[in-house]
Amino acid sequence: MLDFDFSTLTPAAIATLASGMLISLQVAGTALAVGLIWGTVLALMRLSRFRLLSLVATVYINLFRSIPLPMVLLSFYLIVPQLLRSLFDSTADTRLLSALVGFALFESAYYAEIMRAGIQSVPKGQLAAAMALGMKPLQAMRLVVLPQAFRKMLPLLLTQLIVLFQDTSLVYVISLTDFFTSAEGMGERDGRIQEMMIVAGAVYFIICFSASRLINRLSAAGRRFS
Amino acid sequence: MHYTWQWDVFLQTASGRQTYLDWLLSGMWTTVQMGALGWILAFGLGSILGIMRTVPHRFARGIATAYVEAVRSVPLIVQLFLWYYLMPSLLPEGWRTWLFAEPPATTSFVTATLGLGFFTAARVCEQVRAGIESLPRGQLNAALAMGFTLPQAYRYVLLPVAYRVIVAPMTSEMLSIFKNSSIAASVGVLELFARARQLNDYTAHSYESFIAVIACYLLINAAVIALMTLVERRARLPGVMNAR
Repeated sequence: MLDFDFSTLTPAAIATLASGMLISLQVAGTALAVGLIWGTVLALMRLSRFRLLSLVATVYINLFRSIPLPMVLLSFYLIVPQLLRSLFDSTADTRLLSALVGFALFESAYYAEIMRAGIQSVPKGQLAAAMALGMKPLQAMRLVVLPQAFRKMLPLLLTQLIVLFQDTSLVYVISLTDFFTSAEGMGERDGRIQEMMIVAGAVYFIICFSASRLINRLSAAGRRFS
Repeated sequence: MHYTWQWDVFLQTASGRQTYLDWLLSGMWTTVQMGALGWILAFGLGSILGIMRTVPHRFARGIATAYVEAVRSVPLIVQLFLWYYLMPSLLPEGWRTWLFAEPPATTSFVTATLGLGFFTAARVCEQVRAGIESLPRGQLNAALAMGFTLPQAYRYVLLPVAYRVIVAPMTSEMLSIFKNSSIAASVGVLELFARARQLNDYTAHSYESFIAVIACYLLINAAVIALMTLVERRARLPGVMNAR
């Protein structure tokens, strides 16, 4: 019934998986960096007094949060190359680039909601006090409100990073060879798909489980000091 | 950039007597079925697990915690592949014969819906646990002091309130299950996302196809939110500030 054979897991295969993992990490890292910055900007826009800004941010966030990630990735895979071709006349493989762009813009919507909750959890008096000290609104945001919001939301931001890392496996839909896609490809090729999926699951489990343990410990330590 | 929209492409014949519109609608129907069936499974199993995580029994808590940690640490797409490729070989002979005798579309639909349900159950479990833990400890103690047994205390005191507290997070889990069902396309379920690729390939009108599919997802979202608003209104606790 079950006859597992892990002999296809040669050093060469492991090297392929490792280079896939590098791509996964690259996609996750870019999405994290862009997501934090663009997400914070979106959160500020959403909370802004200017109706137009807050409308644009609200539509952006709600739209991206209602569409499944595979659909977003596929759309960007279709649209980004066309855009590039009309701008730069290039025909290079745009898989990685469109995955990076699509993924980062998608995750920003989720980070924006976390940052919004963080900003809203900072007492109103903090902003008022900063303004009373003569700070301009943007200064008060940058120097007083955002650092507090960021610190408060750190556990959530890190948890979202784990989710984001797991989501990178979905670049499978545009055949970008990240860790999951290379594992799946090798499994299909060697007729050892069951084994490769177990390996992939185990690797994701080890990474994500230890990461979430680490986050729990960090936020417990953070609570003790504050 | 000039682009001539051709929305009537959906009325063209795709294969046999089906139009592309029929493809789109059948994809949407599959997505709705998968989400609904998966949700029933997730809600049932997730409730049991969520209760297990709060009861004063070490063993029950341990099992539920291990389940949640395991499911949450592995991406859904890996889980769906495991359900599709590995689960059938663990089944008893008779079940496996039945599963493989079905058309391939049914096989992948069944395994993917199970995978989706078991995945979402872990998330529902955490919401149910949060709901129960949000209640003051005195509630359980008072119920036990009144002579309720533990199951009775859950049935009549804790759960009726806990479920009403978590309507909002449950709504977002429900929205997620429909979005997550798009991943089932990778194990061969012809749902909405799979249809998006098909429409794109066959009609060569990518913008129209994608916009139509995205509109379908927005429609499903709106329907879920409308349904849950009704539930929320009916279930609202009197005297609790639940207004938005």
